Amino acid sequence: MSSMEFLSHLRALPEMWVLVATCVLMILDLYSRDEQRRVAFYGAQAIVGVAFFLTLYVVYESEGTRQIIFNGMYVSDVLGHLLKLVCYVATSAALVYSRQYLADRGLLRGEFVTLLLFSLLGMMVMISAASFLTLFVGLELMSLCLYALVALNRDSALSTEAAMKYFVLGALSSGLLLYGMSMIYGATGTLNLYEVAGHAGRLAASATDRTFLVFGLVFLVAGLAFKIGVVPFHMWIPDVYHGAPTAVTLIVGAAPKIAAFAMAMRLLVNGLPDLARDWQQMLALLAFLSMALGNITAIAQTNIKRMLAYSTIAHMGFMLLGMLSGVVDGNNNNAAAAYSSAVFYIIVYVLMSLGAFGMLLYCSRAGFECENLDDLKGLNRTNPWYAFLMLILMFSLTGIPPTAGFYAKLAVLSAAVNAGQIWLAVSAVIFSLIGAFYYLRIVKLMYFDEAKERVRATRSTGFAIALSANGLALLVLGIAPWPLMNMCFEAIKAL
Amino acid sequence: MLLSLAIWIPILAGLAVFALGGDERAPAQRWFALAGAVLGFLVTIPLYTGFDASSAGFQFEEKKLWIETFNIHYHLGVDGISVLFVLLNSFITILIVLAGWSVIDNKVGQYYGAFLIMSGLLNGVFAALDAVLFYVFFEGTLIPMFIIIGVWGGPNRVYAAVKFFLYTLLGSLLMLVAMLYLYNKAGGSFSITDWHHVPLPLGVQIVLFFGFLFAFAVKVPMWPVHTWLPDAHTEAPTGGSVVLAAILLKLGAYGFVRFTLPILPDASKELAWLMIALSLVAIAYIGLVTLVQTDMKRLIAYSSVSHMGFVTLGFFIFNAYGVEGGLIQMISHGFVSAAMFLCVGVLYDRMHTRMIGDYGGVVNTMPKFASFAMLFAMANAGLPATSGFVGEFLVIMGAMQTSFWIAFVAATTLVFGAAYTLWMYKRVIFGAVANDHVAKLKDLNAREFAVLAALAAAVLLMGIYPLPFTEVMHASVNELLRHIGSPKI
Repeated sequence: MSSMEFLSHLRALPEMWVLVATCVLMILDLYSRDEQRRVAFYGAQAIVGVAFFLTLYVVYESEGTRQIIFNGMYVSDVLGHLLKLVCYVATSAALVYSRQYLADRGLLRGEFVTLLLFSLLGMMVMISAASFLTLFVGLELMSLCLYALVALNRDSALSTEAAMKYFVLGALSSGLLLYGMSMIYGATGTLNLYEVAGHAGRLAASATDRTFLVFGLVFLVAGLAFKIGVVPFHMWIPDVYHGAPTAVTLIVGAAPKIAAFAMAMRLLVNGLPDLARDWQQMLALLAFLSMALGNITAIAQTNIKRMLAYSTIAHMGFMLLGMLSGVVDGNNNNAAAAYSSAVFYIIVYVLMSLGAFGMLLYCSRAGFECENLDDLKGLNRTNPWYAFLMLILMFSLTGIPPTAGFYAKLAVLSAAVNAGQIWLAVSAVIFSLIGAFYYLRIVKLMYFDEAKERVRATRSTGFAIALSANGLALLVLGIAPWPLMNMCFEAIKAL
Repeated sequence: MLLSLAIWIPILAGLAVFALGGDERAPAQRWFALAGAVLGFLVTIPLYTGFDASSAGFQFEEKKLWIETFNIHYHLGVDGISVLFVLLNSFITILIVLAGWSVIDNKVGQYYGAFLIMSGLLNGVFAALDAVLFYVFFEGTLIPMFIIIGVWGGPNRVYAAVKFFLYTLLGSLLMLVAMLYLYNKAGGSFSITDWHHVPLPLGVQIVLFFGFLFAFAVKVPMWPVHTWLPDAHTEAPTGGSVVLAAILLKLGAYGFVRFTLPILPDASKELAWLMIALSLVAIAYIGLVTLVQTDMKRLIAYSSVSHMGFVTLGFFIFNAYGVEGGLIQMISHGFVSAAMFLCVGVLYDRMHTRMIGDYGGVVNTMPKFASFAMLFAMANAGLPATSGFVGEFLVIMGAMQTSFWIAFVAATTLVFGAAYTLWMYKRVIFGAVANDHVAKLKDLNAREFAVLAALAAAVLLMGIYPLPFTEVMHASVNELLRHIGSPKI
């Protein structure tokens, strides 16, 4: 191996760093007492922070070029870098938001940090996967850590049940995915996504081979739909969101969405662009059903975590609108705009989801879970600043300007209209109108109703800064969305 | 630069009022809000004095690239139509700040903050020349209004706030899809002026027409999507009702002038019968509904629907009298409805009831108030020499050119309008003192007097000498009619 070749592997430096550092942290953690557990949190923050800068370094070094290393297993490109950076932010925010909550409930254990970091590693591997194999390894690493995290509170029947459901359905979906992959492998004879793309393009021309590929594609899409959480593969989402400790719900609802999205981009857009017509139809159906069921069912929820779970389903449906609008009649002109709108949507969604669950963690105290809608009553009276942040979050989720959520919706709707999917766009806005109702209800509870009891939650300065930054980021992105939009565009152009 | 100032001074002042903190700093917040509102009005005056009335183009233009990936610009500019609304809005904002001065004592900072931010956003709507910028301001106003109705409103405020929000959101979301379609057809441009030149087949125009119609009809509001308005008006605090009636309702009518008529002229002509029919229903039927109201705010709300029917009627008869009459009616209604709601506010602050039946003989205890209320009631009924007359007269005259029967139905408003307004006036103001509460009423204080006097001056000026208002809009209205006249199929 020449030194140049060796150096090119440095592009995987962030993954290597997270792997090694997490192992070290795990071992150190074995020798620390419970009182010192906070140190593990700071250690984890440091690991994520360093990974952030390593990725920035890779971005700087790679100058927007794509490189496939490790014998076609790993791809380093702008999209990967961007999504990884968002994952770091999400993980770091999760660490800040969850510490006090976990400590109050005696869940502040070393496993939490280790599992979180390993799931981060899994996501990073998924995001940079250039082969079915890497993709699957990353997926399993991430998922197994998340299953365990959901069951973190092992004395809670609800959590255990949620973890069990998550595990069984997750395993099923992994199986579906693997089955689909094996079909595609059987047809194309390669595991490398870029080679699959080449072969599939050739095979898709003949009717027999195409049927075979589409057969595999169905399983791939089903597996992906499970992981992203769209109707009709959404059943695990409400239970897991509800059952998991809120701190873990926050984790499950943020970075893994990015990873699942990356997986969909890699498999469908990178791997099977020539079958776009087929998977676009499937995604259109999934998107429509998700927006419909997610938004309508969310209205009936009284538990905020469940409500946000259904809102996630609806939002993922919206995100799919961007993904399915890339190729029109074999024409790729709008592809960059469409896919980048989906990237923008998922990033903005993750910010909103982090903020919303962060607010729930803020309102929870030792011995009190902020879970029901009524628990937010009168927040404006007791704590106007946090009520204002939640107001921004809710209007952003609704998609009202000037918040980032509006531009996310604008971008995907524009992509859909450009692709001629007018009816899908119209039904999307109607469902988002229905969705507005339950977001408004939260604003109503905070602003129009009086509090049952007046308790001021106390949180660390770090928490306050992080949550404020999170909420305000959505406002700032609402006034100045172009830096992030341009980044998404660059990421897709370099794909 | 002036337009940016008109938009951002109120918004920044509003944020500053927010930032001042809780109710312990209420006096400072009031003065700060007043300063922001006055400053916001002062910067709009050069817009009028420096306006070139002979030009139909957009003036005071500002254009900067905003969102590159979508080719969205921060593009502002006013023509003879929109400049008046910027002024009207900034003027009304001062009155709203004064009107709530001693009445609002709960979350004062948030109240004034929300109003000032909304004032800035409304200026933005009237000045925006980029569709997305327009949409951002248009939708952005929902948030402060939702909070205003919901927090400081009456007993049924939550229902009213949610209804208001969802109704308007439905309309605007459909408009968004229509805008995205036009963006696509215009080759990736959100510029409203570019859209004026996009050729569109009639079928497409009609679909787009309905896309925009939902948004604007809800805002105007036109019959039959007007039902949110009485609820919102009744439950909103006085300031909220004023801004709702005076400015927010104008957004819908303004949307017709800015989008529907010039961009979809053929569909507008094709569907003019529908618009005229809906307008006449609003004028005549809602006029009758107004008669039977027992709640003063509800009565004025319904009369607003009826008056706004004149505006849409004027626009869709496609002649200069009609369009100018509609625009004049919008401005006049801005003054008159604001004044009417402020009058009700004056009574409500003292008696805490809006029911006509709880009053009677107010003139005995509040003579100054009764005189002002008389003037505004007359203006609402469209009496000559008040602003209400000019717009209605022009629209009826324009309608006469199209068809006698349209003009005939429209003219019934002169009867109904006089009936419901004067009857309410009679029941509330005249007669013997009805009860002890009325007997204890105190007449206007200096602050209320100043607010009502300012509006009275505006109403009379516009009624006696409307030229300053009409001369700025001539060129732009002719340009608009030229657009309507040139088919785009």
